[in-house]
Amino acid sequence: MTLLDVAGLSVRRADGRDLVRDLSFTLGPGERLGLIGESGSGKSLTALAVMGLLPAGMTAHGSVRLAGTQVVGARDKELDRVRGRTVGVVFQEPLTALDPLMRVGRQIAGPLGRRRGLRGAPLRAAVAAALDEVRLPESLARAYPHEISGGQRQRVAIAMALACEPEVLIADEPTTALDVTVQAEVLSLLDRLVAERDMALLFISHDLAVVADVADRVIVLKDGSGVESGRTRDIVREPRHPYTRALVDSARALEGALDRLAP
Amino acid sequence: MTGGTEVLAAREVGYAYRGGPPVLRDVSVAVTAGRNLALVGESGAGKTTLLRLLLGLARPTAGEVLFDGAQLAPRDRAFRRAVQPVFQDPYSSLDPRQRVGRIVSEPLRSLGLLSGSRADRREEAAGRVAEALRSVELPADAARRYPHEFSGGQRQRIAIARAIVCRPRVLLADEPVSALDVSTRARVVELLAGLADGHGLTVVVVSHDLSLVAALCAETAVIERGRVVEQGATADVLGSPAHPYTRRLIASVPRLSHATRLR
Repeated sequence: MTLLDVAGLSVRRADGRDLVRDLSFTLGPGERLGLIGESGSGKSLTALAVMGLLPAGMTAHGSVRLAGTQVVGARDKELDRVRGRTVGVVFQEPLTALDPLMRVGRQIAGPLGRRRGLRGAPLRAAVAAALDEVRLPESLARAYPHEISGGQRQRVAIAMALACEPEVLIADEPTTALDVTVQAEVLSLLDRLVAERDMALLFISHDLAVVADVADRVIVLKDGSGVESGRTRDIVREPRHPYTRALVDSARALEGALDRLAP
Repeated sequence: MTGGTEVLAAREVGYAYRGGPPVLRDVSVAVTAGRNLALVGESGAGKTTLLRLLLGLARPTAGEVLFDGAQLAPRDRAFRRAVQPVFQDPYSSLDPRQRVGRIVSEPLRSLGLLSGSRADRREEAAGRVAEALRSVELPADAARRYPHEFSGGQRQRIAIARAIVCRPRVLLADEPVSALDVSTRARVVELLAGLADGHGLTVVVVSHDLSLVAALCAETAVIERGRVVEQGATADVLGSPAHPYTRRLIASVPRLSHATRLR
């Protein structure tokens, strides 16, 4: 069964330039695909195109099917059925992803209530359970986003993304804005949640070492085109494309000194 | 190389922002000529505050900061010439309205390092700018262009050129590569290491990136919640960490050599 089927996807700017070119991949339950590339490679635009959330002036071409629903060219009303339910998303910057004027609990309660038709005490219990899933105390529900740490905010964003029990989770640089120890915690949390729910994961990152920790398969993006794809292990061990080789070499060069001091 | 001269030192410094709790407590670190120093820690640990004290941008609320053995005088030209900053984000640290040549030559003008007639001064500035741009491996014609014409990595090179144009002894860099792509990051680290070797510069770097620290710095101080929890030779601190926080930091660094999916 394919949950996400992307075929010949291009993202075009108003002036006709393609920022993503002819990208194809599929994702089934329990599969984990990494999209790796540097700034401007089109990773985030790909994620937005999959959700049907491209910024004004950009158009998607080709085909994106989410559990059978064609996203390209669909109206928002049709997409409301798949957003949240079929696909959930966690963005890079949790401070901008959350509403600064709303308590954290209410933000999680929104999608939870709509999806499961809960109100009152059962809804409060569901919010507490959702917070517990991401290892946050129930008391956090009363906090505003600015009152909690970056790692806690990203956990809240994850709880919101999971509230509608999506089959596909898109994580766009979910730990880039976090400290290293917090990054490690959030990555292991994501890993556990995705495994428990047998979700499909599209994981977007510029950091090869992070992708190699999370994703079984990987697509290397450069200037909007996929230059190489395959099993993460094969790509890191034997990169064929010169660009992939440069990425792997830089990552190894950066961590080389640390590997020698602290193997 | 022990017994080098101590250029810059914080002695039992404390710092509290007005009305707030102390963000630094009893911190002592020393910058020895020729031994690059890393101040390691996560957001909120007080690293950047410590760097501001060392730069003379803030005055400690306890203890003292010494430059060449005497209490630091922030307006002292000898100090401003000897100790130069490089900031984290090369997109906001360069004035977008000025040409690169003007940006890079600014320390020469503000420190009054140019002499002679107007034409002489202009000629000397141009020569020093060309030399600095050469040191950071940017083309000479970069001087006539504007910051927006350059990539992130190139902009960080411009910021470094601006910092070294007055031939300082110490470069204080706040997360100099964390805003850059991985491949660019490796090259900027190489550049900083090269400058330290070739120009008699001592680099003090604030970072949470232990790969960078291992590659660049001989000395490391680990800061957690405003205190130095461990310091010494980088080989010892990272090779056999004594403090649990240091161990946790090391274990959290994403590395290809430790990646789950590559095993």
